[in-house]
Amino acid sequence: MVIEEAVNGKDDMLIDGQMADQVLPSGFNLNFLNLYYAKLFPYGDIFKWMSYGNDGKHPACDKSYFGRRELSFTLENDIYLRFLSFNSVSELEKGIREKCPFKIDIGPVYSVDPSKRHAYAQSGENVFKPVERELIFDIDITDYDDVRYCCSGADVCLDCWPLMTAAIKVINTALRDDFGFRHILWVYSGRRGVHCWVCDGKARRLTNEQRAAIADYFRVYKGSENSKKKVSLTGHALHPFLVRSYTEVLKDLFEQTLLSSQQIFSTEDRCEKVLEMIPDESVAAELRGRWQKRSSGSKDDINAVRWEHLKHTLQSGRHKGQGLRRCVEEIVFSFSYPRLDMEVSKHMNHLLKAPFCVHPKTGRVCVPIDPVHCHEFDPTTVPTLSQLLQELNSGGMGQEGDNDWDRTSLGESVRFFRSSFLEPLLKACKEEMESAYNSKLQQSKNSLSW
Amino acid sequence: MEIVRRPQLKSTAIDRGVPTLPLYRSAPSLEVRLEDFELYAIDRLRVLTGISDGLSRGKRPEEMEKLVAELWKANMRHPQASEVMNKDIISHFVLRLVYCRTEDLRKWFLSMETALFRYRFRLQTAEAQRAVLAEFQLPYKAVTTSEFEVIKDKLTLVARSINQTLPTADAIFYKVPFQEVPELVAGRRVFLSDGYAYVAMNQVVSLVATQFRSLLSKALTLTNRKWMSTIREQEKDRLTPIVEALSTSYVGPDYSVGREFGEVSLKDIDNVAKSSFPLCMRHLFDKLREDHHLKHWGRMQLGLFLKGVGLKLDDALAFWKAEFSQKVGAERFDKEYAYSIRHNYGKEGKRVDYTPYSCQKIISLTPSVGDHHGCPYRHFSEENIRAALCKMGVNSGGVEDVMDKVRHKHYQLACTLTFEAIHGCPNDAGINHPNQYFSDSQKILKSKVPSTAE
Repeated sequence: MVIEEAVNGKDDMLIDGQMADQVLPSGFNLNFLNLYYAKLFPYGDIFKWMSYGNDGKHPACDKSYFGRRELSFTLENDIYLRFLSFNSVSELEKGIREKCPFKIDIGPVYSVDPSKRHAYAQSGENVFKPVERELIFDIDITDYDDVRYCCSGADVCLDCWPLMTAAIKVINTALRDDFGFRHILWVYSGRRGVHCWVCDGKARRLTNEQRAAIADYFRVYKGSENSKKKVSLTGHALHPFLVRSYTEVLKDLFEQTLLSSQQIFSTEDRCEKVLEMIPDESVAAELRGRWQKRSSGSKDDINAVRWEHLKHTLQSGRHKGQGLRRCVEEIVFSFSYPRLDMEVSKHMNHLLKAPFCVHPKTGRVCVPIDPVHCHEFDPTTVPTLSQLLQELNSGGMGQEGDNDWDRTSLGESVRFFRSSFLEPLLKACKEEMESAYNSKLQQSKNSLSW
Repeated sequence: MEIVRRPQLKSTAIDRGVPTLPLYRSAPSLEVRLEDFELYAIDRLRVLTGISDGLSRGKRPEEMEKLVAELWKANMRHPQASEVMNKDIISHFVLRLVYCRTEDLRKWFLSMETALFRYRFRLQTAEAQRAVLAEFQLPYKAVTTSEFEVIKDKLTLVARSINQTLPTADAIFYKVPFQEVPELVAGRRVFLSDGYAYVAMNQVVSLVATQFRSLLSKALTLTNRKWMSTIREQEKDRLTPIVEALSTSYVGPDYSVGREFGEVSLKDIDNVAKSSFPLCMRHLFDKLREDHHLKHWGRMQLGLFLKGVGLKLDDALAFWKAEFSQKVGAERFDKEYAYSIRHNYGKEGKRVDYTPYSCQKIISLTPSVGDHHGCPYRHFSEENIRAALCKMGVNSGGVEDVMDKVRHKHYQLACTLTFEAIHGCPNDAGINHPNQYFSDSQKILKSKVPSTAE
């Protein structure tokens, strides 16, 4: 099939796939996806990543490692295939190109090949269970729906995307500085969120309990239908992690960006939402009264003005109360602190979408995000399937052996993936493997000596 | 454990007079008398059961600490000071045998022993605590003075954020990989830097409890294997019956002798039934009055209870005859039922004075059609429990609390709450025996009307 036809000839395509004649505005359809998998999907890079150095020639390499990784495919019509595994990069490519999955998920590395799991008993010595899995995080902007007014549901725009940027900064810094992790990959989820993959060996070997502990360390927002105040920061001081997050990221995000982009104090309802977070009704009443008599003629942004009122009132020291001590921070945190999906992080066997998949609803590719420059990331300009195929088409034939993705916007993403993440990771894996091997060798030598 | 040799406990600390907490890492080479084997275990079981009770009542850590100190003092002492440590160790290992045998038993034992260890650790002196850390060979480094200076501000912030005392210049902190202290990480109760958690001395408990738990968990699995493969068979005539009985034994007073408060005469019986019988006995009693009959288990459960309450044999015979003769006639009663009542009082046959059933025993009985014995909180439908509680005078708020316990299968707690609702005061000990319910109830009622000639 010629690319031109796939891109331009919408109505006269005779293809098996049901979606053939429903080309979505974003240009997602089965044929496009087929081409993407044929020309652009970076199988080699994914394989190298998932092998963590075990695809080499060193005696310490575990040849079975890649084959014990679970993958799952979601096909057209929501058909879901779980516990898939592949033993080599060519099998991986063959499997994906054959099935043309709309979504590829990556699961844990199991004790044995997942496709052979039924041969192993559920208890006793030969158990089928996860043995390694990256520490993962999933942040979805719909979890912030109660504090964003610009969009809701599946939409995302440049007014609310900064929430994701802030989440990346807060979590990334903590993962590096507090937990000591080094090999962290952030990926755009394709529509309205971000995923995080922590790939250090230390992270992959964490137990469920340890993962839950890390997720709880990050947890601040305890939303529920029943409470007005979802963030409660008790104690005479904030934990250093929260202090850092506040002073380095959240305070500015709230005051410089969210106040005006979300128009937080612009209507009575929205003001009330903030006032409900103040545990002292007399303070809330005072502010409410003040705002009701709108002072006309003020040229300053009403949101900034009212925020100043609120801060001043709470921090003036006039009102003393247990609950008021950290109220300003609580409000800022409510609007801006990262909201993680706890369940995703807690269990080793949770599956997560693979990077470089294409999102069926938007046609956008799940590209890596550079955490250092995440404030520059724009979800509305992420390459789409049809855009990439068009670029491929118009890019000329290129040299033999060239990578096709290099001729497209995807090139930048793949290069970034390699230089900033994959190469350092593989280097570290090699070193780890070699030193573990050498020390084992040393140990056995020692035990032999008299 | 029965090798004949005076124990060589490696407790140099004990020699120095610093009591250490045993870690129960290996079975000691001690000689134990068979009676002590069982008795020591029962004493320790009382401690563990007390802890279980305290935890299920939601006691706070400070309260638990106090409770553990009391329980230990009450049950684990020994006339010879040198034997105290032995009793501790022996009782633990016996209970390991008892509680290694099923998943549920292991889970319970693991939780209670870890809790016991945790609170005993908290009660130790700082020096003793350091000794335990060393015992566990935890490769955790104490933070040096210079390191401390660098992070002092952050440590202070953390302490303030969790309302703890602020670290002083000589405070000891341990640098520990964060993976070792998940609870502290989860609660943001430690400063983290580059993968290490900085743990305050008072938080070390958490560290240590995790280690203890993990050691014991592995040991229990091994013990189970050894039990199944060799010990059970080898000891089938000596230790095995004791071990098997221990896991289901009730460890409270057995009410085989009627108490002074509880001497009840026939004419009082209807009144005390209304005021002081627990639901299980009330139900049996009401059904007996209604149907003039009870089947075998019902007769046993109610009959022995009445004996414990202080009903004399002659009164008992008259009581049962009055009811049964309305259904089966006086002659048949004398012929078929009187004998077994006398048997219960130890006047016939083996002449064993049977003990009234404890809650544990009653809960384990399963009534079928036509039966009214067993624990109503376990077997009644929700509606029936509610109706019965209303009849007993429990208000709607109280009923909900009881129902909550029932749903969670905490039958004895449900009964305790019922007691508390009816009598208007707490019952901290918790109900473990219907006769305890009765005597506690009578105590309260009698104290309210001290001089009534009733």
